[in-house]
Amino acid sequence: MRSNKAMEIGTGLFVLLGFAALFFLVTQITSREVGFGERSYRIGAAFEQVGGLKPGAPVSMSGVTVGRVESIGYDFDTYQAEVVLRIEARYDRIPDDSDAAIYTAGLLGGQYVGIGPGGSETFLQDGDRIEFTQSAIVLENLISKFLFSRAEEAGAEEME
Amino acid sequence: MSAHPLASIREVGRYALFVGRLLAETPRALLRPGLVVQQVYNAGALSLVIVMLSGLFVGMVLGLQGFDLLERFGSEESLGTAAALGLVKELGPVVTALLFAGRAGTALASEIGLMRATDQLAAMEMMAVDPVRRVVVPRFLGGVISMPLLAAIFSLIGIFGAQLVGVQMMGVDPGQFWSQMRGAVEQADVMEGVIKSMVFGLSCSAIAVYEGFHAAPTAEGVGRATTRTVVLSSVMVLLLDYMLTAVLL
Amino acid sequence: MDSTARDERIVEVTGVRYAAGERVIFDGLDLNVRRGSVTAVMGPSGTGKTTLLRLISGQASPAAGSVRVFGRELAGQSRAEVYAMRRRMGMLFQQGALLTDLDVYENVAFPLREHARLPEALVRMMVLTRLEAVGLRGAARLMPWELSGGMARRVALARAIVMDPELLIYDEPFVGLDPISMGVVLRLIRELNDTLGITSIVVSHDVEEIAKVADQAWLLSGGRVVASGAPRELLASEDPPVRQFMRGLADGPVPFHYPAASLRDELFGEGP
Repeated sequence: MRSNKAMEIGTGLFVLLGFAALFFLVTQITSREVGFGERSYRIGAAFEQVGGLKPGAPVSMSGVTVGRVESIGYDFDTYQAEVVLRIEARYDRIPDDSDAAIYTAGLLGGQYVGIGPGGSETFLQDGDRIEFTQSAIVLENLISKFLFSRAEEAGAEEME
Repeated sequence: MSAHPLASIREVGRYALFVGRLLAETPRALLRPGLVVQQVYNAGALSLVIVMLSGLFVGMVLGLQGFDLLERFGSEESLGTAAALGLVKELGPVVTALLFAGRAGTALASEIGLMRATDQLAAMEMMAVDPVRRVVVPRFLGGVISMPLLAAIFSLIGIFGAQLVGVQMMGVDPGQFWSQMRGAVEQADVMEGVIKSMVFGLSCSAIAVYEGFHAAPTAEGVGRATTRTVVLSSVMVLLLDYMLTAVLL
Repeated sequence: MDSTARDERIVEVTGVRYAAGERVIFDGLDLNVRRGSVTAVMGPSGTGKTTLLRLISGQASPAAGSVRVFGRELAGQSRAEVYAMRRRMGMLFQQGALLTDLDVYENVAFPLREHARLPEALVRMMVLTRLEAVGLRGAARLMPWELSGGMARRVALARAIVMDPELLIYDEPFVGLDPISMGVVLRLIRELNDTLGITSIVVSHDVEEIAKVADQAWLLSGGRVVASGAPRELLASEDPPVRQFMRGLADGPVPFHYPAASLRDELFGEGP
């Protein structure tokens, strides 16, 4: 009971430090940023092929992250993947004829959505759709295409 | 532990019943937060220095080893991701639990064992005070509360340790280190670590107070209780870690 | 309860049988303690004196027979009832059993704080008067490890009487004390008994010491009572087991030798 004060200060310090560490781990280390909930708007986009795109992946314009992929679903009317993007409210001047494409960060990195701005004077609003999309490049398709073309070339040579 | 199989089964049963009793007494123990706070101090605040030091060094080793490994694949900038995931999901909870067993667990077991050996627990019984409620449960709760906090501190300091080595010494780009980490680590990963450390906190604390409370009332008995605490806790943590990883991954 | 004679007996043990595993400790034990007396329970080591205290305080229950304390049968009582009964008794453990993380003052205050929410001034008054009674008011802020064995036992005594018990039990209060501390404890036993109007049970094998304070003594051996009466009568007894114990003779009904084959057989015989 004698070192009551020191004990209480020590305990308080420990608990605060522990919760601060926990808070830091949850907010600063992870991909989901704080304060991203209300102040944002949604945009839809349909893709032929989303590849390895996952919810939470970044949406970027010229390399600047402007939002995140919120959800990925499949639409049986169009037979395409339906992707919902959540864009931060402060990026509110994206032309409505912009195009979206799925890129890969580095050779083996995660996939992200890149938006290329169009030239329209009207901007995308909450609930709007991006009409021009380019699918993810699937590595296997690329390789098989490459091999196929080589085989064709070889065939053509033999024909000569 | 025991030679006779039936004795081992009985021991497991006694453990389960004891833990049940601890949990049943927990709401009542929370009515006297002063007692629990004191034990958070003993189990948590007093373990802070050793946990922080260990976290720093484990993080630094991760920085060195991770850099060496990732450099071979030309992806040093993933060092942040590798270190953070390794610490948050595995090393943080597990190493903290092992340190906890050695530092706080032994202190708990020997303290309670000594109270048993010097008739303090019997004296409480005679004063119509339930020693489980007054002595054991607050110590158990102190451990349970402290463990996740200690593990979080360990992981965080470890990440900074890895950053120290990777960025300051090995020249990984600091922007890449943090942004790659943020891109790859998800809240679910942090939660996995938190759940693990909560389970470890529960089992390590339960083992320590059980062994102390059931120690033979002699100097030798108290010594054996502390040894058993460390051995049982360590084995239990590693076993539970595998099971939890399999479930949570 | 039913008669005044009954009421006089604060503890009544009848026909108790108790075994720890294979070992039978009591077999047909009869014993009682009169209200207001200092009663000694004596006997050679291993006769279950401590077990008797465990039976009286409800920490153990007999295989057969009955233990009545404050006129109530202990067997079949709930945990809460046993705890309620224990609040009416105080117990002094061999080494004092002070709580090591509390100082002297808080040790004495411990039962008060656990059982009642009293204003601090009242707690202070009760604690300091008890410490004064054992002569240790000046040591209120010492920690248990700073006390000598005798002082620790006096603090424990102050703690045992802080709740105003009706029955005070001493478990081997003289073990390991120097003659001065022993004299102090002896005096306290008698004084507290008479001034507070309580009943005391002293378990001990220090025959000479206990004879000075006890009104009544029970001599246990082989799981039953072998003699009872005023200590002076027991000292004068010519009954062999009583004589051996009271006078401290090495050999007698309790043999000097642990049972064994004869030495000649073991040294020169055919082997084990």
